[in-house]
Amino acid sequence: MKILIPFFAVIALVVIALVGAQASHALFGIWIPYAAVLIFVFGFIFKVLKWGRSPVPFRIPTTAGQMKSFAPWIKQNKLDNPSSSLGVLGRMLLEVLAFRSLFRNTKTQLYPGTKLTYGSEKFLWLGGLAFHWSFLIIFVRHFRFFMQDVPYPIQIVEHLDSFLQIGAPLLYITDVVLLGAVTFLFLRRVMMPQIKYISLPADYFPLLLIFGIGATGVLMRYFAKVPVVSVKELVMGLLTFSPVIPQGISSLFYAHLFLVSTLLAYFPLSKLMHMGGVFLSPTRNMANNNREVRHINPWNYPVHVHTYEEYEDDFREKMKKAGLPVEKE
Amino acid sequence: MTLETFLSEKKPAIAEKWFHLILATYPADTSNFLKNQKDRFTNPVGHTIHQGIEEILDELIHVVDIGKVSPFLDSILRVRAVQDFTPSQAVSFIFSLKSVIREELEGDKNFAVSPGELRELDSRIDSLALASFDIFERCREKLYEIKANELRRMTFRLVQRANELGGEPDAESPPERKQ
Amino acid sequence: MATKVTTPKPDQLVTSIDFTPPKTGWMDTPTIIKPGTFCWGAKGKNLATVEFPNARDWNPSDQDWKLPENWQEIFLKGMEDLLGKYRSFKVFMDICVRCGACADKCHFFIGSGDPKNMPVGRAELLRSVYRKYFTASGKMLGKVAGARELTVDVLKELWYYAYQCTECRRCSLYCPYGIDTAEITIMCREMLNLLGLNTDWISGPVANCYMKGNHLGLEPHAIMNSIEGMIDDIETVTGVRVNPSFNRKGAEILFVTPSGDLFADPGTFTCMGYLALFHELGLDYTWSTYASEGGNFGFFTSNEMAKRLNSKIYAEAKRLGVKYIIGGECGHMWRVLHQYMDTWNGPADFLEVPVSPITGTRFDTAKVLKMIHITEFTADLIKHGKLKLDPSRNDDLVVTYHDSCNTSRGMGLLDEPRYVIKSVCNNFYEMPENTIREQTFCCGSGTGLNASENMELRMRGGFPRANAVKHVKEKHGVNMLANICAIDRATLSASMDYWVPGVRVTGVHEMVANALIMKGEKERETNLRGEPLPGKEGN
Ligand code: SF4
Ligand code: SF4
Repeated sequence: MKILIPFFAVIALVVIALVGAQASHALFGIWIPYAAVLIFVFGFIFKVLKWGRSPVPFRIPTTAGQMKSFAPWIKQNKLDNPSSSLGVLGRMLLEVLAFRSLFRNTKTQLYPGTKLTYGSEKFLWLGGLAFHWSFLIIFVRHFRFFMQDVPYPIQIVEHLDSFLQIGAPLLYITDVVLLGAVTFLFLRRVMMPQIKYISLPADYFPLLLIFGIGATGVLMRYFAKVPVVSVKELVMGLLTFSPVIPQGISSLFYAHLFLVSTLLAYFPLSKLMHMGGVFLSPTRNMANNNREVRHINPWNYPVHVHTYEEYEDDFREKMKKAGLPVEKE
Repeated sequence: MTLETFLSEKKPAIAEKWFHLILATYPADTSNFLKNQKDRFTNPVGHTIHQGIEEILDELIHVVDIGKVSPFLDSILRVRAVQDFTPSQAVSFIFSLKSVIREELEGDKNFAVSPGELRELDSRIDSLALASFDIFERCREKLYEIKANELRRMTFRLVQRANELGGEPDAESPPERKQ
Repeated sequence: MATKVTTPKPDQLVTSIDFTPPKTGWMDTPTIIKPGTFCWGAKGKNLATVEFPNARDWNPSDQDWKLPENWQEIFLKGMEDLLGKYRSFKVFMDICVRCGACADKCHFFIGSGDPKNMPVGRAELLRSVYRKYFTASGKMLGKVAGARELTVDVLKELWYYAYQCTECRRCSLYCPYGIDTAEITIMCREMLNLLGLNTDWISGPVANCYMKGNHLGLEPHAIMNSIEGMIDDIETVTGVRVNPSFNRKGAEILFVTPSGDLFADPGTFTCMGYLALFHELGLDYTWSTYASEGGNFGFFTSNEMAKRLNSKIYAEAKRLGVKYIIGGECGHMWRVLHQYMDTWNGPADFLEVPVSPITGTRFDTAKVLKMIHITEFTADLIKHGKLKLDPSRNDDLVVTYHDSCNTSRGMGLLDEPRYVIKSVCNNFYEMPENTIREQTFCCGSGTGLNASENMELRMRGGFPRANAVKHVKEKHGVNMLANICAIDRATLSASMDYWVPGVRVTGVHEMVANALIMKGEKERETNLRGEPLPGKEGN
């Protein structure tokens, strides 16, 4: 069930797009994408603001190495246990760009008598990295559709991405990597018992959706070639708020666009918000300088305490007998 | 071909099957983890069981010297003694070895083991089982002893006594431990 | 979903075992509260002492937990409140991708295999409730969105697993977003406390600490008595009579340590270590009977309770007019001091930046908190050559060091204690890399789970740590497990006793005092435990 529901949901989305686009190009080519982008932008902002509304009452970094100690002869681990904003920035970049935490696993020994297996966690690190980076690169490559003249940096990216020089049109490595990585992440969820145990439909759905986006994209580029000029016309129309529906774009493109729209609209409602959340995570985005720099809790309030005077009242006789100094005789 | 050579030749297969049978005594979600995670420090339970049975099998090939095999039984049973097993459940894995070995024998026509040898093997396994009961019991006793020690070391009664030493018995005495 | 195939071969002899139960999703698998894995329920009178709501006696193994009529409302209201107060809570509820990186990092999961003990599993128990009542998708789609109703059974499950987490933060280390299940447990326990669902082992010490100044409930004269006993023992061993003071105004330094060090072995030996060291230095310091607890079981209860208990430390420092505070060896105590105390009860502008009177070192990294860790203090002394040490007196020890969760992952105090240990003993070996420093395994009994009735749970949770100790015992002959935590000293003793007999437990300053050559000491025959020193066995 947990897999079937999202699976059929994605199939249904594709069917809706294929059928629906026949009926109304404008709806699937113009209005739904507009709506999706709106939901994405406002949803994202709304969510981040909602998180931001809750304060960070305490400075609670998870420290992952030697702290800045009282003297330099004890060497601080500046990236894993930063004490300055610069260090925090470094830690964050390492986390976001290289998935530092996922890389942390170290393997030591294996069962005697069983075959060597590589730590699956390193695979998660690799798979996650491959997935996110190829997604990003593919996203950047798409800018050729968003701009009149393709900027030089994007040309470089495209060039590098297709350096294998296979096929016509040239094969992009990231296309392969993305589909491979999504498949890996999916299989991992299905096959590893612990992961399967905790997985929800909301975990399978984005994977399947992204697979669908990748697959339709690949089909368009390499097989059912879609006229690039027309697509660009449509996209530029959207971007300049003078939407047009050029002729000769196949339903496949609309399916691709519809899945992307779905992803955009789904994004702010879902766990995909980890993209924004990681920057707001108090265990990662704070410096471990607690004893050096004061941290204020905005809702700190006075509490009822048991004062020394009350304590002495309770025990005065005993304290005197034991020879302890007292405030009141 | 003797049972001895059979056992030493088939040891890896027997160990693997036995291992899986032992893990089957855990709830499904648990056993999957114990099976699949191989790092000694990440999965000490799986590792301990695995290592324990290999060594028990080595011993089983010869006349079983309970003194020698005890530490290996102990390592497995010590884990099971804190894991929601009744004594019979905890020890049952020893008996499952009988069926594992018989299955292996049936699967391999090259070996013909005499009924006498088989009986001898069974009785070795039985003695392992008997020893296991004792060991399991000892582990449980150890647990109780640790509990009792802790209570003795840290009881609030002791604290209370210390408090009373200097004055009137305290009216609002600290909570008595429920035991 | 397909059921997983686990078909053990039919075996007549093992039919007594209930084999693999049919596999249902976790939301549909009810939790059974098993003996040996939970602590007794809080007593009404202890909760009433600290003015907690819904104080009553109750028993977790009873069907009826005597919940108030509107318990659901209270719980959800509490959740809403905490979501509004803590960004950490809100973000952690929203962004987990269930990647499973944390799954096999929890000692309770490793030792029990119970999937609800995977950090992400533990968090999902509460997250499912969050989704149901605080997200649009959960409200609309229910189970498909991973949401579930808050029923009494769910509440019991939350309680059961909130008290099977030691808030050690190991999971947080491996999570790509730093999701800290400890933080989620902290929130969950706070909500449970609104319903009076604390444990006896936590609420008792909290009440004690509130009224009497320490968890054990030692009254002022009893603290002095206890320390006097130690003074006698130190004299017997060293020939030197140390002379500490109590509640003394005008001392330069206030010393605060967990009360466990005052009463239970082997913590008392560590305490003797402090006494001997401070005496040797001629330190102008005082103990306090009012602030006689460094630890803080309030932290395992609610933020407010933690703050209430913690307030005594600064208050007493102010009353006595000391310049700064030194804190003893304890784990969670130091997380609380380091990450919370100043925010709660600061600013301590009546104190001064700590300066070691012996070496003149200024502890600028503690310039706001004005409190330093004793291993920082001692490491600095040793570095400056201010201590005369004879590490060979510890030659009978082969030592390894257990990092406390809280000082490792909530502070980063890793090399200071190591430096001290290596200076006072000759045989030191580290445990495997993925079990020490920031990756350290919990003792299995932190956050108030160090009761006796849940011994099975503790032993399971302690197994990963013990297993690593066993490894160095076999490899290097390790026979002493050093640590800087009062709870460790008590609970690792039990854990070693069960898993690795032959390995004992010590605080770092016990070893310091054994190696310390004191002015005017007699020729030492024994260590602080009264055991013959290496080479003196014959005498
Ligand atoms: S590692 Fe973090 S994101 Fe992954 S399952 Fe655990 S808590 Fe969730
Ligand atoms: S904080 Fe520690 S005990 Fe709690 S879930 Fe994480 S790893 Fe487990």
